[in-house]
Amino acid sequence: DGSHAHLRPSHRPCGSGRMPRETSTLTFVIVGDDTPIYECELRAGGKREDTINYLHEFVLHAALDNVEETIWTTPNSYLKAVDRYYDLTVSAYTTSGLVKFLLLHDGKNDEGIRGFFHDLHEYYIKVMLNPFHTPKTKITSKDFDAKVKTLASKYLL
Amino acid sequence: GADATRGGRRERAKMQGVEKINAELFTLTYGALVRHLLSDLEAVDEVNKQLDQMGYNIGIRLVDDFLAKTNTGRCRSFKDAARTIAEVGFKMFLGITAKISQWNDDETECRMSFHENPLIDFVELPEKLQNLSYCNIMCGVIRGALEQISMRVEVAIEKDPLKGDQAFELSMKLIEYAAEEYPFKDD
Repeated sequence: DGSHAHLRPSHRPCGSGRMPRETSTLTFVIVGDDTPIYECELRAGGKREDTINYLHEFVLHAALDNVEETIWTTPNSYLKAVDRYYDLTVSAYTTSGLVKFLLLHDGKNDEGIRGFFHDLHEYYIKVMLNPFHTPKTKITSKDFDAKVKTLASKYLL
Repeated sequence: GADATRGGRRERAKMQGVEKINAELFTLTYGALVRHLLSDLEAVDEVNKQLDQMGYNIGIRLVDDFLAKTNTGRCRSFKDAARTIAEVGFKMFLGITAKISQWNDDETECRMSFHENPLIDFVELPEKLQNLSYCNIMCGVIRGALEQISMRVEVAIEKDPLKGDQAFELSMKLIEYAAEEYPFKDD
């Protein structure tokens, strides 16, 4: 369906109909304007998936409306849990430029997630200071990738 | 030539009247300039050339500023001039400590190396711009400055941290000492 076409990487096979039963799998997405500029699946043990789980992407996309609403209800950057899907929760964080960090996770880890978003925000600022980067450019820096993994192991897994 | 390496007080006296600006502002301004050139000219080679040309225009003016602020005596040779640029000039205008090395036998070619460079803070070259000499403006500045003191040189970036090297390395090559030109014809 057209509105989600931009979220589908071209090489991914279709998801099965079954609800995935993963523990400690997190999906992290940075959304600038309307398109994701960075996506990452994080697993316990530091293993990083190369393809994004289709269902996770869909849930995150659906949560965007809730994020938009929540932004205007609080002066905080950390928006905590904005949406739920079965046992998965979407937590969000917003920058002053209204770029949204979304994390899909199971379980409850408020302080950890807050710390994760906060430190990530600093790395994100460094990426933004690159003159070749715009709010719409996809973040392809391997450096940033590695930092995300490190922060994930430190705060979330 | 001037000796900037002796004593803190002398060095500070030399830097009198040098105003400081926010480094990030400087870095971001230069980044915006490069990006603007890229969107205007598109071809990376053209951008490299333009940066060099802009540097040249800066250099021919900057050298007067430099000479006024530092009261440097006349440089007697290319070797002198290169050392002054590295040890005094770069320090004064960019806060960079640069070293000259790898002189050839007749002292017409050398390398200038330095580790830090405010121009490239936070910069990462994207894949399709691997041929961009992001700091080419520096080559132009040196070329312009030396031309004003009657030395024609060629300057190029040999090693670039944006492309994976450890430090910056510029090559400087003296082409000729230009004779003093009088504006009036002798008739």
